[in-house]
Amino acid sequence: MSEDLHAPSGDIYAPFGDIILLSHGAGGQLMAELIDRLFVAGFDNPVLRRREDSGVIEIAGSRLALTTDSFVVTPVVFPGGDIGKLAACGTVNDLAAAGAQPAAMAASFILEEGLEQALLRRVVESLRAAADEAGVAVVTGDTKVVPKGAADTLFITTAGVGLVPPNVEISASAARPGDAVLINGGIGEHGAAIMCAREGIDLQLDIGSDCAPLNRLVGALVEAGCDLHCMRDPTRGGVSAALNEIAEQSGVCIELDEESLPVAPAVQTACELLGLDPLQVANEGKMLVILPQQRAERALAAMRGAPYGAASTVIGRVLDGPAGRVQLRTAIGPTRIIDRPVGEPMPRIC
Amino acid sequence: MCLAIPMKVISIEGARAVVEQAGARRAVSVGLLDEVNAGDYVLVHAGYAIARVDEEEARHTLELVKQLAGPLDEPQGRPPGPVEGAA
Amino acid sequence: MKYVDEFRDPRAVAELVEAIRRINAPRARLMEVCGTHTMSIARYGLRELIEKQADLIAGPGCPVCVTAQGDIDWFLEAARLPGVIATTFGDMMRVPGSFSSLERARAQGAGVRVVYSPADAVELARRHPDRQVVFFGVGFETTAPAVAMSVLEARGEGVTNYSVFSAHKLIPPALKALVAAPDLAVDGFICPGHVSVIIGSRPYEFVAREHGVPCVIAGFEPVDVLQSVRMLLAQVAAGRSEVEIEYGRAVTPEGNPRARAIVGEVFEVVDARWRGLGDVPDSGLAFNAAHADMDARRRFDVEPPPAVEPAGCRCGEVLRGVIQPEECGLFGRRCTPREPVGACMVSSEGACAARYRYRRTESAK
Repeated sequence: MSEDLHAPSGDIYAPFGDIILLSHGAGGQLMAELIDRLFVAGFDNPVLRRREDSGVIEIAGSRLALTTDSFVVTPVVFPGGDIGKLAACGTVNDLAAAGAQPAAMAASFILEEGLEQALLRRVVESLRAAADEAGVAVVTGDTKVVPKGAADTLFITTAGVGLVPPNVEISASAARPGDAVLINGGIGEHGAAIMCAREGIDLQLDIGSDCAPLNRLVGALVEAGCDLHCMRDPTRGGVSAALNEIAEQSGVCIELDEESLPVAPAVQTACELLGLDPLQVANEGKMLVILPQQRAERALAAMRGAPYGAASTVIGRVLDGPAGRVQLRTAIGPTRIIDRPVGEPMPRIC
Repeated sequence: MCLAIPMKVISIEGARAVVEQAGARRAVSVGLLDEVNAGDYVLVHAGYAIARVDEEEARHTLELVKQLAGPLDEPQGRPPGPVEGAA
Repeated sequence: MKYVDEFRDPRAVAELVEAIRRINAPRARLMEVCGTHTMSIARYGLRELIEKQADLIAGPGCPVCVTAQGDIDWFLEAARLPGVIATTFGDMMRVPGSFSSLERARAQGAGVRVVYSPADAVELARRHPDRQVVFFGVGFETTAPAVAMSVLEARGEGVTNYSVFSAHKLIPPALKALVAAPDLAVDGFICPGHVSVIIGSRPYEFVAREHGVPCVIAGFEPVDVLQSVRMLLAQVAAGRSEVEIEYGRAVTPEGNPRARAIVGEVFEVVDARWRGLGDVPDSGLAFNAAHADMDARRRFDVEPPPAVEPAGCRCGEVLRGVIQPEECGLFGRRCTPREPVGACMVSSEGACAARYRYRRTESAK
C-alpha cells in the first residue's frame, strides 16, 4: 500500500496499519474499517453481518433486539447531562432504532481509583432518572476498580434488550428511492457541547447536549403505522456517518437540503469558529427516520406529538443513485458530496 | 487561511473581552486592537480579536453587490488611498 | 449569524453569478492564494458556477500544506521528549511527516494536545510548571500576531516553561516568488482576506504595478468571493491592474499596525523553506535576539533524521498552481483523505482535500 512511497528504512510510516488511534473510535471511516475487518470478520455470523445498531435474534417466536455500548466521555459531567444519563439514553436509543421498546438494561462500571463517591452517586442518579423516563430498569450490573490512570474517571458499559414489534421491518439496507428522510430536531448539539466544554476551547453555548431517550418517540411512530424503513441514532460521526452507512447498505443515494437542516444558532457559531461541520458532529437525542414519502406527514405528526419531537422536520430524500452516496443541495444552489468523516473532529484555525 | 468569525463585544476588562455571536460566548484577547468598545463586532481568530468589523463598509459592500447595472470598468472596492504609518 | 448570513444570501449569489456571466472578457485564470478561500469555493461549489468565465486555481496559501517536512519531523521529535507537552492547532494533527504524524505520536505515548488558541498553551504551561509546553507555530500573518502575543503574555507572567517552534510564513514573498516563476500564467489574484486584515493592501501593490496582475482582497463568504471575481474580471476586461479591497468591512489599506508591531517585537524575518516552493527569501519568521529564550529551536536539543519526501507526490506543483489536483497520479487513488500521502490532502483546506471532499456530484471520481 503505502510502504513503497517512502524510504525503505526500519521506521516506515504506515498511516493506518498497525496501531489504534483515537480516530478509530470516532465513528468515521477508520472506525467502520476497524469494525468490518476485525470484529465483523472475527465474530462472523449472519446477525452481525447486517451491521445494525442492535442485533436482532429470534427466540421462541419473538424477535429480541440486543445492544451494547460503552461510554467513555470526557468531561464526565457536561452541559446537558453526564455520563450516566448518556449511558441510559444511548442504550435505549439503540434499541429504539430497531423499533424496540427497552425491556431491561445491564450496567457495568469501571471506576478509576480516587474517584469521588459524590460524583459516582450523581452519575448513578442520572442513569436511574433517564432509565425511569424511558420506562426501563437496570436489572443487573458489574463493578470494577482499576488503578489510577488506567481509566479516565469512570467508564460505563451497558447492554439492553427489547422486543421488536411484529410488522416492523427496520434495517439499514431498507431505504428505497422515493423515501423521505426525517429527523426530530437540531443536529450537532451533543458533540458541540462536549467539545466546547473541554479545557482550552472554553466556548459557552446557550444550549447543552441533546442527550434524551427516544423510545416513546419511536413508539409513537410504530403505533401510527408509518411503514418505517430505516432508523438510526446519529451518534459519533454525526448525521454524515449514519446516512453514509445507510446509503451504502441500501445501495441508494441520499440527498439532503441544506436549507432544511435544523442547526441551532449556538451550534452553527461553534462549528464556524472551530472549523467543524455540523453534519459530522455527534448527536445523543436524535433519530433519523427513513420511510416512504407518502407516510412523511403522518410520521411528522406522530413525532411532533411525542417527547423530544416538537422540532421534527423533513431534511431530504432517497434517490436511485449513485449508490452509496450522500449529497447536499447547498442553499445557494450547487450540490456537493458529503463524505463520511475520516476520524475525530478537531478544532482548526485554517 | 484563516478561520475568523465576527462576534459582538459584550464586555471588556483590560486586554480581555467577552464576545458573543448567535448563542455562543467566549473570552478573547483584544490586545491586538487599538480601540474596542462594547457593542463593536470583532473578528475572532485563534482566541484573539484581530480587527473590528466596520458596519458602514459591510453595508457599502452589499450595496455594491446590488448595483449590478453599474459600469464595469469602474473600481468597485474600497480604494487603496494614501497609506498612513504603514510598516 | 450577523455579518455572515447577509454574505451567504442565495439571491445575491444568483445575481452575482448572472453579472459575472455577462462580463465580456476571455476566460481568466484566477488564483486564490489562501487555503480558506479554496475551502470556501469548494464548500459552496463556486468553481462550477463561474466555470465559463474563470478558471479558479488554488495557490500556496495553506500554512499546513507548505510546512516543510523537516519542521514536522523536528516537532515530532520534540513531542517525544520526556516531560514535554506538545501543543498544536488541530490542523496539524494528521499531517504526515517523513515517518509519522502527531496523531500517531500521541497514540504511542507522546504528550500531544490540540489547542484552539496559543493562549490555551500558555495556560497549560501555567498549570503544569513541571512540564515544558511547546507550541507549534504554524500560520501566516493572520496567526503570527496571536502567537507573538502569547509569547509576550507568557513572559509578562513569568511562565518560563512555554516556548514556540516558529514555522510561520509570510504571504507577499510567496506571491513574489509565484509571479516571478516562468511557468505561472495567472490573470488575477484573489488575495487572502484575513492576512490582509493584518498587513493591509500595500504589500500587494508590486504585483499590480510591476507585474501587471490585478489583485482583489476578498472576504470568505460566497458573496465576497463572487464579488471579488467580478471585480477581477472587470479589471481584466478594462485592462487595469490595481489592488482593490472587496473585504472592506475588515480590511483597511493600512491593516493592523499594532498587530504588526507585536509581531516585530518577538520575531524577525528570515529565509524559509516552503513545501512546494522551496527556499523563499525573507518569507519566514524566527525569534529575534530579545526573545530567543522562548524559541523552542534553541531550547530543545533535537535532531530529526533527514526529511524524506514521498515518491509520486506532486503537492509542490499543486501548491504553485501548475497542476490541478486531478492531474496528480495519486489523487483519489493512493492519496485520499482516508489515506493521505501529501499535505495537500491532509489539510482540510489543502487544494486536494477541498477538491476531493467537496467534489461536485457530476464530476465525482
